[in-house]
Amino acid sequence: MAAKGARTPKASPAVADVPIDYRTIDRVTGPLLFVREIDNAAYGEIVEITLPSGERRQGQVLDSRKGLAIVQVFGPTMGFNLERTSVKFLGEVATLAVSNELLGRVFTGLGEPRDGGPKIVSSTRLEIVGNAMNPYSREEPSEFIQTGISTIDVNNTLVRGQKLPLFSGAGLPHNQVAAQIVRQAKLRNSSEGFAVVFAAMGITSEEANFFLKEFEATGALERTVAFLNLSSDPSMERVVTPRMALTAAEYLAYEEDLHVLVVLTDMTSYCEALREVSAAREEVPGRRGYPGYLYTDLATIYERAGKIHGRKGSITQLPILTMPADDVTHPIPDLTGYITEGQMYLSRDLQRKGIYPPIDILPSLSRLMGQGIGKDRTRDDHRGVSDQLFSAYATGKDQRALSAIVGEEALSAVDRLYLKVADRFEREFVAQRADEDRTIDESLRIAWEILSDFPDAELKRIRPEFLQQYRAHPPVPGV
Amino acid sequence: MAGIVARVSGPVVIAEGLEEARMYDVVRVGSLGLVGEIIRLVAGTATVQVYEDTTGLRPGDPVENTGAALSVELGPGLLTSIYDGVQRPLDVIQKGVGDFITRGTVAPPLDEKRKWPFVATAKVGDEVGPGTILGTVQETDLILHKVLVPPGVAGTLKTLASGTYTIRDPIGSVQSGTTSAPLFLAHKWVVRIPRPVGQKLPPDIPLVTGQRVIDSFYPIAKGGTACIPGPFGSGKTVSQQQLAKWSDADVVVYVGCGERGNEMTEVLATFPNLVDPKSKKPLMQRTVLIANTSNMPVAAREASVYTGITIAEYYRDMGYDVALMADSTSRWAEAMREISGRLEEMPGEEGYPAYLGRRVAEFYERAGRVVTLSPDGRRGSVTVVGAVSPPGGDTSEPVSQNTLRVARVFWALDASLASRRHFPSINWLQSYSLYVQDLAPWYRERLSGEFVALRQRALGILQKEAELQEIVQLVGVDALPEREKATLDVARMLREDYLQQSAYDPVDTFTSIQKQLRMLRAIVAFGDREQEAVEKGATVQQLQRLPVRTKLSRMKWIPEAELASQFDALELEVDSAVASVTAGGAG
Repeated sequence: MAAKGARTPKASPAVADVPIDYRTIDRVTGPLLFVREIDNAAYGEIVEITLPSGERRQGQVLDSRKGLAIVQVFGPTMGFNLERTSVKFLGEVATLAVSNELLGRVFTGLGEPRDGGPKIVSSTRLEIVGNAMNPYSREEPSEFIQTGISTIDVNNTLVRGQKLPLFSGAGLPHNQVAAQIVRQAKLRNSSEGFAVVFAAMGITSEEANFFLKEFEATGALERTVAFLNLSSDPSMERVVTPRMALTAAEYLAYEEDLHVLVVLTDMTSYCEALREVSAAREEVPGRRGYPGYLYTDLATIYERAGKIHGRKGSITQLPILTMPADDVTHPIPDLTGYITEGQMYLSRDLQRKGIYPPIDILPSLSRLMGQGIGKDRTRDDHRGVSDQLFSAYATGKDQRALSAIVGEEALSAVDRLYLKVADRFEREFVAQRADEDRTIDESLRIAWEILSDFPDAELKRIRPEFLQQYRAHPPVPGV
Repeated sequence: MAGIVARVSGPVVIAEGLEEARMYDVVRVGSLGLVGEIIRLVAGTATVQVYEDTTGLRPGDPVENTGAALSVELGPGLLTSIYDGVQRPLDVIQKGVGDFITRGTVAPPLDEKRKWPFVATAKVGDEVGPGTILGTVQETDLILHKVLVPPGVAGTLKTLASGTYTIRDPIGSVQSGTTSAPLFLAHKWVVRIPRPVGQKLPPDIPLVTGQRVIDSFYPIAKGGTACIPGPFGSGKTVSQQQLAKWSDADVVVYVGCGERGNEMTEVLATFPNLVDPKSKKPLMQRTVLIANTSNMPVAAREASVYTGITIAEYYRDMGYDVALMADSTSRWAEAMREISGRLEEMPGEEGYPAYLGRRVAEFYERAGRVVTLSPDGRRGSVTVVGAVSPPGGDTSEPVSQNTLRVARVFWALDASLASRRHFPSINWLQSYSLYVQDLAPWYRERLSGEFVALRQRALGILQKEAELQEIVQLVGVDALPEREKATLDVARMLREDYLQQSAYDPVDTFTSIQKQLRMLRAIVAFGDREQEAVEKGATVQQLQRLPVRTKLSRMKWIPEAELASQFDALELEVDSAVASVTAGGAG
């Protein structure tokens, strides 16, 4: 199969045809090996390490000097010794064999079969560290993806080619929400080919099984490629897992013309693995011990979402990250938010109230929403309704906080109405069943049902003509 | 002169054997010829920051010194271009190597084959010096490109002729003593050195942006500096793009420094379709885009802001008002930090290098309204607006603090405003502009004597609202006297009907300064009538129910063409409507 030039296929080994086995390990610290007296190694080169027991591991060159290479080992360094462990430089960088046989398969975080099936045999091997997409080649994402979840479709619209993470915390139902999105996501009036690429980093086997079962139940499994690095697997592999997954996704999107939804979970474990490597290299740490290049590193993952002019497929990313102590200023959610095109927050407050999905719209955002909504895409009143919901809910929550102090009686009639609307909004609009697939028209209908409680003067975000057209009922009297 | 690679670690390469290398010389590394820059010299070795991914490089690979510092090529063809951080044209690269940027790609920054019609205005025999206009090229419909004598060249104009030239054809020559130097449509300039100017001028002309909260409350001067710090999702990028679209600069340089690829795509998709309100030509014709997205090499990100400002200075030297938007300078600072870390330099605050403050100050100092270095004393300006992305939105971090020390306008973006979709989410209490005094005469003379006073009144009302809100938090709004409820009422009008402005609404996205005056006057006038009515016994609730209130809240949608008639009618209606409330008796 001819590659259409998404990336140059790997170069042939540059140094020697038969790689030499070196037994010159000088130091082992954490996941790092220092190998001396070698022929010069290439930066990023893949190495194969043979333990005294005959067991093999993979690693990658992180720093190359004359006659010395620092190698990061993917996997534990238990059982390594200095004399009898041998290192072979393979003369190539990390690659993934790709073909349409990928679909329906489960791999390890390093791209080895995990499902007992055969290895992928293909003449096309792609480097997993992709070249940057030329910004000039990008196509503006603008196709509305209906997820069937009102708070996403109306307030934080997802479009094809976007990267929109779920910001969550321990104990929140991010997996259920992500699975519901995967299950329900569709374009209106379209039946184009799709695929799901699932990359698990440091999640438990229970969580991984939950996802695989979900995919199976909806018949999506044969359209899914899974790369699983579970919490029991070597953490170093996690540094590679998302890149394996995205390389597969790029192949499926740009060579096989599929619309690929990539679920990356949990990005927090990925970043922790990166920190582990950085600490072992004794690098100058940035915030909270994470390396100074965390932003750049995350960008090389997230920026691989998108669409390209003239190619049919697309990559939409749905990364999941758990915020340590629900702290959004923690470097991982913070840097992620600066790279991704918005974020969806899961709220512990809503969760405690028993509201599913507990998506808090106020801190949530979709930056590409503007291109995906409006006349001909969703509906002409979409923007105004969304802005009005944000504004009304924010005011309602303020009034809720205030009434806790001064009592509801001290509020003016208008403020009491806001209070009531905020409650209705949570109960009727935010809350929906895990199997409830609302169309955008249904979601907007519910929104109008709630907003129509207000008199026109309070609905400043909505253009007058839409008020006339869509108002569901007269305002509540007495305001 | 060739050396060899001794060590590779990420974007930093140490080379040996480059004996005559100078600091900041550009080198080509490895068999692919990756572009890099020398940033440290230690006996026998040179440290190189490489602008491309170094995967696959190994010790022993060749390193070649070009002997020149990192430069940009300045000439016709810059406008409408999209470049990466080291001025490689991304559209040309796409045609050459496809949708993904492969390494070692070279492409000339300006089209070398395109022929430009040049009209000579200088005469043979003239004494010329740096900045003398030799002639003009119509670069786009919007911008007449003035071909200048480059800095450092002076003498008698020996030859010069109108005609059609490429940027590589000599258009004439200058005789100085016994040497003769050829002249071209384009010349090169080292990005890290500011282009020389005659003299800096005080900033007393506003850069009108069409954004109400900016022009009315926290204006920026042409040649001024502003910073927009805010957490993610608070609207930095939209604000920057609004300025790039609507500000009355002649030329706009937009630097996407370490930001999202899809955002640059949005700029590329929308700018050609937007028309300049004055000339009705596509805005792209006055725009240069620098796109070094977050996944592109970090060292080129570090260079991108310098590339951008050098291009801005070049158009300033022609006598244009240029606005440079840098989104985001935090990514630039992080690139410095990353390189510094790889060099194992002793870190300053939060791992940033100790020279962060100096670099930030030097960069903003390249802004200014100036008398250019030229015989005719042309004036031009470079306005710099830098977005800052502080971790967690906390502006006590080094990049924000170092920027605030030098930038004279502070537009504080507020996450809580953004979350209720109050955009632009510029906090009206925390922001400041040090240009208000400098610009007051301009507003008085060009707009109206009352504008500055109206601004003060409006800010006073908003300040008062903040104080009253603290009381409301304790006792509830019903406990306030009617007169203070009236203040809250007018403050809310200011916030919702004036400060909020939708970037996505075709009318609301741009408000002329004349319309700003009328809107502000209408709201403040309503506030005054409301206070009077309340004194006479009317209630705020009565006033809120007046139909004219709905009209006030829709002022933003009044078309610019109907300003005078619609606002005159509105002001009359305000007076009569409020009067009808008090005439009807108190109750």
